[in-house]
Amino acid sequence: MATQHSRSAARLMMAPAVVLLLGWMLIPLTMTLYFSFKKYLPMRGGDLGWVGFDNYVRFVTSSAFWPSVMTTLIIVGGVLAITVGLGILLAILLNQPMWGQGFVRILVIAPFFVMPTVSALVWKNMFMDPNYGLFAHLWEFFGATPVQWMSQASLSSIVIIVSWQWLPFATLILLTAIQSLDREQLDAAEMDGAPATKRFAYITLPHLGRAITVVILIQTIFLLSIFAEIFVTTGGAFGTKTLTYLIFQRVLESQNIGLGSAGGVYAIILANIVAIFLMRIVGKNLDA
Amino acid sequence: MGQIKLNQVSKSFGDVEVIPPLDLTIEDGEFTVFVGPSGCGKSTLLRLIAGLEDITSGHIDIDGTDATHVPPAKRGLAMVFQSYALYPHMSVRKNIAFPMKMAGVPAEEQQRRIEAAAKALNLTDYLDRRPGQLSGGQRQRVAIGRAIVREPSAFLFDEPLSNLDAALRVGMRLEISELHKRLATTMIYVTHDQVEAMTMADKIVVLRAGYIEQVGTPLELYYKPRNEFVAGFIGSPKMNLIKGPEAEARGAPTIGIRPEHFDVSTTEGAWEGTIGVAEHLGSDTFLHIHGVAGCDPMTVRVDGELSVKHGDRIFLTPQADKLHRFDAQGLRVE
Repeated sequence: MATQHSRSAARLMMAPAVVLLLGWMLIPLTMTLYFSFKKYLPMRGGDLGWVGFDNYVRFVTSSAFWPSVMTTLIIVGGVLAITVGLGILLAILLNQPMWGQGFVRILVIAPFFVMPTVSALVWKNMFMDPNYGLFAHLWEFFGATPVQWMSQASLSSIVIIVSWQWLPFATLILLTAIQSLDREQLDAAEMDGAPATKRFAYITLPHLGRAITVVILIQTIFLLSIFAEIFVTTGGAFGTKTLTYLIFQRVLESQNIGLGSAGGVYAIILANIVAIFLMRIVGKNLDA
Repeated sequence: MGQIKLNQVSKSFGDVEVIPPLDLTIEDGEFTVFVGPSGCGKSTLLRLIAGLEDITSGHIDIDGTDATHVPPAKRGLAMVFQSYALYPHMSVRKNIAFPMKMAGVPAEEQQRRIEAAAKALNLTDYLDRRPGQLSGGQRQRVAIGRAIVREPSAFLFDEPLSNLDAALRVGMRLEISELHKRLATTMIYVTHDQVEAMTMADKIVVLRAGYIEQVGTPLELYYKPRNEFVAGFIGSPKMNLIKGPEAEARGAPTIGIRPEHFDVSTTEGAWEGTIGVAEHLGSDTFLHIHGVAGCDPMTVRVDGELSVKHGDRIFLTPQADKLHRFDAQGLRVE
């Protein structure tokens, strides 16, 4: 794209895509902002006019707001810790030469192909059901009382389910990163007297730094908005109401679009705060 | 001390025997070069000595003690890799300090050795840089620095210069040779480049397909190659190997004559040929001569001032006392 002419031609050809993307982003955003300043109750009178910042104040002052923010952060943090930790272990394991490597790798990736709704239902009914779930049988086998997962350990249950879904993604990215590690560096470290644990800490882990950053950033984006897993398991009960879920309840259960929209704007703000923190902490891994 | 003794050492990967049982002794303080074409097992042999590969049978003695099952770090050897294998996320200082840190050397002592190594290798200004910010030659020096600070009983070099450009290679060759003179430590150096082998070695080990073809000083190998393979491998340009009636007439199935051992004339001589390509290097000219029976093309080294060109007729007379004779099995006949 050297000449003036080709540059302007390129701009012209890119324009439709850019306009489409811009519209895709701007229209929902403007509509959210628009409704957030209105009292809008579809079943109870519809558009009842402008209310200023009323919705914003009501959303924050509701007793469900801060617990939902905390729940969101706990789920995101928990899932990130589990997937990155286990992901590194699995990646190292899968990188070892072994019989049936290709098949095992496909097995490991499989959970990623299962839809969130389906996997949450499978976990809820097949594993975590206190009467006929697999875990209940396991607990009974050892003479313990089965855990009522959905009510007694509701938040951990959701973290476990979501981690199971995202572990393949983390493993896959970390595995490709580990495969690009220069063998000679490990040999050199071995010659230099570093035992396996130190080789991992000084050579492998720093090498994975960038991949871990990518995993954390991408997962955070998706984890902030998980919904199906909560909807089909606890339905937001037992302290599993995330910000996303709270907004859903305000809009669809309470039929209050204005209040929900205000919540949507808070969610945007929360996502940005988290993003800024993440960029500060891990983003420096991405340059150079 | 740094004597290394290989006793019937062999290595197989699965069913493939890469190195058949071999014996070799590397004396303390010696600069030994393993040389051979690619895939001859020279790097594998080095990794066996380093302990990075398990040997299939036989045993390795280092300084008179059996080191066959000693882990690499405990053998007292330091290795410089082809890719340098520097740790990319550590500064040069930390790279050099790494082996000492692993060995638990006190901080002041680490500092002292780093400074000394950096001074010796001209790295003082680069200690706080990352390997990614250094040139190839500097990285090479960092790798050597990391090896020096361990004060090993022997250094192992695995084709350390093959990633450098030609000019730098000549410079680093000298630096490594000087390092060897200064430290007087055993060094084992693997290369496929016979020029490196000739210029640096006290002792050259020529390998082919895992077998040791000949062990000797550079000049022994040059003047008295034990067989056709060594004769063809050592020396640049390669020795001319002549078969057929011309060879029989001189008393052997195959005779060898180095490019520099010809009397060249434009009027008379034993063999007549046509000049194909003439490579003018200034000081010398390499002529590739066609039409001589039994060896085509024949490479001849002549003085750079001899004015000959493509297509000229030329006469060659091999210097009789410089001929190498080989029997039907390719072994040297005196």
